[in-house]
Amino acid sequence: MRYMLLIYSETNTITQSDELRQKAMEAHWSLIDETKKLGILKGVDPLEPTSTATTVRMQEGKVVTVDGPFAETKEQLAGYYILDCKDLDEAIAWASRIPIACWSGRGCVEVRPIRPLPVRAEQPASGQYATSVR
Amino acid sequence: MVESVFRQESGRIIATLIRLSGSFDLAEEAMQEAFTSAVSSWPANGVPDNPGAWITTVARRKLIDSLRRENTRRDKQEAISYETESSHIPEFDLAEDVSMMYSDDRLRLMFTCCHPALNLEAQVALTLRTLGGLTTTEIARAFLLPEPTLAQRLVRAKSKIRTARIPYEIPPIHMLPERLTSVQAVIYLVFNEGYSATAGDSLIRKELCMEAIRLGRTLCELLPKEPENIGLLALMLLHDSRREARINPKGELVPLEDQDRSLWNQEHIREGQELVERALRMQRVGMYQLQAAIAAVHGHARAAADTDWHEIAALYRELARISPTPVVALNHAVAVAMSAGLEKGLGLIDQLGASGELEKYYLFHAARADLLRRLRRRQEAIDAYKKAIALVTNRVEDAYLQRRLSQLTDS
Repeated sequence: MRYMLLIYSETNTITQSDELRQKAMEAHWSLIDETKKLGILKGVDPLEPTSTATTVRMQEGKVVTVDGPFAETKEQLAGYYILDCKDLDEAIAWASRIPIACWSGRGCVEVRPIRPLPVRAEQPASGQYATSVR
Repeated sequence: MVESVFRQESGRIIATLIRLSGSFDLAEEAMQEAFTSAVSSWPANGVPDNPGAWITTVARRKLIDSLRRENTRRDKQEAISYETESSHIPEFDLAEDVSMMYSDDRLRLMFTCCHPALNLEAQVALTLRTLGGLTTTEIARAFLLPEPTLAQRLVRAKSKIRTARIPYEIPPIHMLPERLTSVQAVIYLVFNEGYSATAGDSLIRKELCMEAIRLGRTLCELLPKEPENIGLLALMLLHDSRREARINPKGELVPLEDQDRSLWNQEHIREGQELVERALRMQRVGMYQLQAAIAAVHGHARAAADTDWHEIAALYRELARISPTPVVALNHAVAVAMSAGLEKGLGLIDQLGASGELEKYYLFHAARADLLRRLRRRQEAIDAYKKAIALVTNRVEDAYLQRRLSQLTDS
């Protein structure tokens, strides 16, 4: 089953030294290599900091665009992994190896099971479509 | 008869059924049905030689039936269905030796119920429901909660286990210590819930203590080489030994030194002491073991005056090493007061209070008040009791402190 591992950290304060950030990046590369080799890595991306975020909402029927992340919290979404794991314990084991030290050294990883997309009713083939529309 | 079998066996049986079906709900259903069968068939046909095996066999059959029904239903569904692993009927052999898998399954159940991904309340509810075999009604009553609240808690817990896929496994060796502390914490919480009962509470709260002790025994049976398991069981037995003496007929809390020791359960004390010794011999000291050792020293004294306070002070020093909390430090200071002199103890407490960290802590003021009272420093004691009362939240403790205060102000 796939899990999304959401990495939260304080992205707007870069308080780590370059050396530590380098180490963190190396830890990420290790994880990426390992999980790729095992065939369980289904996605991974770092995100640009929340200062680059834009939030789109619907307000009274209109689309409203605003600068910033959806909520101003100390810890913000910094990146994610998508891993195909046997069970929650395996996902947790991987999560505990993710370096959250990239930026401020403070944060956490949220482990969320990915819901499989519901099975859609079969789409009729194009020929049939023409005849079923009256 | 069926009820006693249920209490004895349900934990074991459901643990295996969950493993076989992969579902808490199906397992529960199958077991309920099996017990219902027992209730209707045993009075007429006689109790089988091995009641547990009978129930298990019948429950398994019902499980197979439910699983078949589940599968047929899924095949017929055209609407939303989730991608799942192939759900075939497990080919379990009905004749499989019923006693074989029991230990492992109960361990699985214990660790799953107490998985850290579940919140503590969920852990407690699930453990009592499945391992303890308590009904939702009984658990709700014990925790003074409305039944629907409890029922919801169980539903959510099982849902989380299913959706997030919390595995039904004994944790790997390297995770065992951490996961074991969760299990111990749940059992101890259940015990304290039952123990902190006040007079006039229903019998169900005594039942909680008994249930916790039962679970503690099971834990020791399943993982005998863990000294903290033994320490926990010892601690609960030793606390429980004083249950009858803790509350007087008026419903008031009786402090340890004033308790009628003839009401102490000597069997529990003996067992508790043996367990403490057994645990300590394993040379892996821990919090529960040390607390139990302290309780054992108290249990040993025929009268309050016979208490070996030196030993207790030494044990608190050990405890402070692994758990340097204010409570431990305060208890140590009290033990020093009782063994080396009240002034010395008070000095230690004042030292602790110097940083001001404990100012908001009622026990700090209560302990000071107690020693000041014994030293006959009346006004200071009154002030300290007042400070403690202003901070205490527990009703029973509040009443106790108020009594102490009025003893001083009335005199």
